[in-house]
Amino acid sequence: MQQMWQPELETLPRPQIEALQLKRIRETVARVHERVPFYKERLDAAGVRPDQINSFGDFRRIPFTVKEDFRRNYPFGLLAVPRREVVRVHASSGTTGKSTVVGYTRKDLEMWSDMVARFLVMAGVTQDSVVQVAFGYGLFTGGFGLHYGAERVGATVVPAASGNTRRHLQLIQDFGTTHVVCTPSYAMHICEVAGEMGLDLIKQTRLRTACLGGEPWSEQMRQRMFSLYGIHGYDNYGLSELIGPGVSGEGPECKGMHIFEDHFYPEIIDPESGEVLPPGSTGELVLTNLTREAQPVLRYRTRDITRLDLATCACGRTMARMARVTGRSDDMLIIRGVNVFPTQIEHAFLEMQGTSPNYQIIVDRQGSIDSLEVKIEITEQMLSDEMKNLHRLESDVQKRLAEALSITPKITLVEPGTLPRSEGKAVRVIDKRPKEA
Amino acid sequence: MFVKQLSLFIENRSGRLGAACRALADRKINILALSLADTADFGILRLIVSDPDAGHETLKKAGFTVVGNDVLAVEVEDKPGGLADILDVLSREKVNVEYMYAFSSIRTKRAALIFRFEDSQTAIKKLTAAGIGVMNRIDVLGQ
Repeated sequence: MQQMWQPELETLPRPQIEALQLKRIRETVARVHERVPFYKERLDAAGVRPDQINSFGDFRRIPFTVKEDFRRNYPFGLLAVPRREVVRVHASSGTTGKSTVVGYTRKDLEMWSDMVARFLVMAGVTQDSVVQVAFGYGLFTGGFGLHYGAERVGATVVPAASGNTRRHLQLIQDFGTTHVVCTPSYAMHICEVAGEMGLDLIKQTRLRTACLGGEPWSEQMRQRMFSLYGIHGYDNYGLSELIGPGVSGEGPECKGMHIFEDHFYPEIIDPESGEVLPPGSTGELVLTNLTREAQPVLRYRTRDITRLDLATCACGRTMARMARVTGRSDDMLIIRGVNVFPTQIEHAFLEMQGTSPNYQIIVDRQGSIDSLEVKIEITEQMLSDEMKNLHRLESDVQKRLAEALSITPKITLVEPGTLPRSEGKAVRVIDKRPKEA
Repeated sequence: MFVKQLSLFIENRSGRLGAACRALADRKINILALSLADTADFGILRLIVSDPDAGHETLKKAGFTVVGNDVLAVEVEDKPGGLADILDVLSREKVNVEYMYAFSSIRTKRAALIFRFEDSQTAIKKLTAAGIGVMNRIDVLGQ
């Protein structure tokens, strides 16, 4: 049996898991009804009384929470505790200018660290490990989430943060890094750059494992990373609306990621009808916080498409496993681990005077790194006889989009009418990245 | 003095420059002078044509993005040093040239220099003071 961070909880028999979930659902619904005006209104309007939730069926009468609800309640409207009890905030990109803000109490941070510790331990992290965090540290949950989780396990944490691949490789060699933590595409990039530098990771370093999250990836990529570079890649999943990374994770024997069901209640729904689908069906993952103090979210639509397996795993864990995320039920793009909504780009354009609303987003992959190009149809207001004005326009648009998206796109000006349109409607997004199952 | 210039946005794709010229040709509009500023992805085609208003309309109808603006035309004798003398004046007077292009006529032995200045009014003053003729019409070009 694998090492576990909290073995008694991670192997709880299913009937006990479900009894615990129902108990915590009742507590959480009662808390948000009492403390969050948004949820009080929602629950009252749906005729759901917290004291009358006696089954999961009763719970399903509660309306979904969506990303837009975060925006409407920006920044602190969804808090279930006084702001002074919030000891940290994180934020992720929203569909328009406003980001999705999440708050944490001290106890939430402890819980979060335990969840991250669970999946790190699955990937073999121990007190002897050296864990190099290559996620950005900041509002994004990746850096700090993984950092404190790895510290909780007792590993030596190297907070190298994102970017500067050669420096990462230097640290991997000098510090004896055993685990890197980053997006799958960045891990692949680190491996490739090592190859270019003539560095044999297996012979010359102690790096054996990558804990990967933040973007979907494929089984083929896992195999390639192992066969070419000898690095084991393990998947983990999370989203800031619920906590950050630490909703689920996998180990070597697991086929799928265990959702930490004592803290998150998962459902799979039909994204069209919103109906809950029977176990084993593929659909959109909906998650409910069961233990979060600062900002519990009920039935949050993740927009991620997956399926659940409730069978006990070869690793001994009893908690439901979710399959790799195979797609989205909305138009969100994940580029270099950053969530990008086409509407954010539109919003940024609307704020800039004189820019054309006709644009196209092209996402591609060069080597293992995603690239983002935004093509803009030029208008008379944008055009000038002087080249420097067009260059200034390009760099202004680039700066504005980089601020809005946290990713710097390449800007290409094109002639009007050249961007493809289908049935009169502009085709906004072209994702050329290879699709693998 | 000032002549009307048309500037077109041209994508770096085959046939775009040709399409612009063909559109003008079909309307019997003559190109008197041109320059192409290019980058990796696109270019700005600057044109002096026989009928700027008709040219503007024609190119717009052909689907091009066009802006018109005034540029300064200066006539010099077509001989070595003709341009250098003018640039000496501009340099001495610290007048910035945004861009320029030139055309000469073998028949008249005169050359027309098209200038875009940061500050056109100052440029005219300094050139006139230095005895350099700023053209009222582009005789060389026939506009």
